[in-house]
Amino acid sequence: MSGVRVLVGTRKGAFVLTADGQRKDWTVAGPHFPGWEIYHVKGSPAEADRIWASQSSGWFGQVIQRSDDGGGTWAPAGSDFSYDGEPGTHQWYDGTPHPWEFARVWHLEPSLDDPDTVYAGVEDAGLFRSSDGGGTWQELPALRSHKSGPSWQPGAGGMCLHTILLDPAHPGRMYAAISAAGAFRSDDAGESWRPVNQGLHSEGIPDEDAEVGHCVHRIAQHPARPDTLFMQKHWDVMRSDDGGGSWHEISGNLPTDFGFPIDVHAHEPDTVYVVPITSDSHHFPPEGKLRVFRSRTGGQDWEPLTRGLPQEHCYVNVLRDAMAVDSLDDCGIYFGTTGGQVYGSADSGDTWAPIVRDLPAVLSVEVQTLP
Amino acid sequence: MIRVVLPAHLRTLAQVDGEVQLQVDGPVTQRAVLDSLEARYPVLCGTIRDRRSGKRRAFVRFFACEQDLSHESPDDELPDPVARGDEPYLIVGAMAGG
Repeated sequence: MSGVRVLVGTRKGAFVLTADGQRKDWTVAGPHFPGWEIYHVKGSPAEADRIWASQSSGWFGQVIQRSDDGGGTWAPAGSDFSYDGEPGTHQWYDGTPHPWEFARVWHLEPSLDDPDTVYAGVEDAGLFRSSDGGGTWQELPALRSHKSGPSWQPGAGGMCLHTILLDPAHPGRMYAAISAAGAFRSDDAGESWRPVNQGLHSEGIPDEDAEVGHCVHRIAQHPARPDTLFMQKHWDVMRSDDGGGSWHEISGNLPTDFGFPIDVHAHEPDTVYVVPITSDSHHFPPEGKLRVFRSRTGGQDWEPLTRGLPQEHCYVNVLRDAMAVDSLDDCGIYFGTTGGQVYGSADSGDTWAPIVRDLPAVLSVEVQTLP
Repeated sequence: MIRVVLPAHLRTLAQVDGEVQLQVDGPVTQRAVLDSLEARYPVLCGTIRDRRSGKRRAFVRFFACEQDLSHESPDDELPDPVARGDEPYLIVGAMAGG
């Protein structure tokens, strides 16, 4: 019988939540790596039992962990993330030059077809790849050394490369997003990059529609329509229908267009989910009501999804990597909060229930659909 | 043998219980002890000091014989009781909440 495996990264360890296709009765395993920050956990599309985890700590730095049995056991992989050459400087918060310094891996993106290949998006922003099962990591330096690099500046969470999309339809095409530089696209497997931010407007930067400098929070893509991208920016929910060539706003009737995650229904490329957050200075849901908003029209028209979610006194946040969808029928949606709850919906978001309530603050949620 | 005490997180990572005992040839310096430790447990590379510069990570401290050696030269010899194995060399995560 089919099932799902939800991979949860938290401030104090990783958890693996499993259920059968009904998605009603859950088994919670963990914490793995207790006491460490787990920014991201993600399974290989090519080999479901191979799972990668980014384990880090302010004390002891970065460790990459790999499981080959679906998260039951883990072993450290390579964790040497050295920038290619002399990395130079980017802008610090005060606008002065600041040396590029590796801090941690924010996001791990396994190859679509090779279980030994995985990409890592890191802080300070850079893109790395391992092609030997995580043993060694090589930077794809063309992104960091883009001519605009010295002008990139960190967002509040650091200058992180947090989004990596591997285009399933165009070999060699990939997207990366950096806070607060913006979105970038490569058509040659990372050998060269160009900013794809036309149409974005951001207050707080000198030129509001600059080529780079936008605080992109998350980009999502449906594999059946890969040229369409959905973006949750610092403010504004955006859409592109030409592979990032141009963007237009689809915030429509959202109560606020600030937020972090965005995702697309597994079977409906025009059904999109966001979690509006009050503002950049109030990182909690408007009115203390935790609401996922769903658009079935590719944006503009949004409906609140509230059944099973707290509708009073709720002041958690949902971080950029903390929402995911399964590919069962009906599509399952999952998200985790900074309050330690992981919510799931087995009916495309119509109703929700907590899978687990009292984890450490959730940093990331991914899901694997198992045969 | 040199006795080394690791912080709990690094004991877990290296899969060791209690103290680590290391053979160090030549002068017993902090650098020599850490080189030996990382050679025995490669997973610890980068967790205590920078892989390339050898600089101590900011939130890691080195103690021995009731002294803080964190800011001593890595090439200074450790106190005799550490070199004899009478006292351990302590690698400590700086005290901070969280």
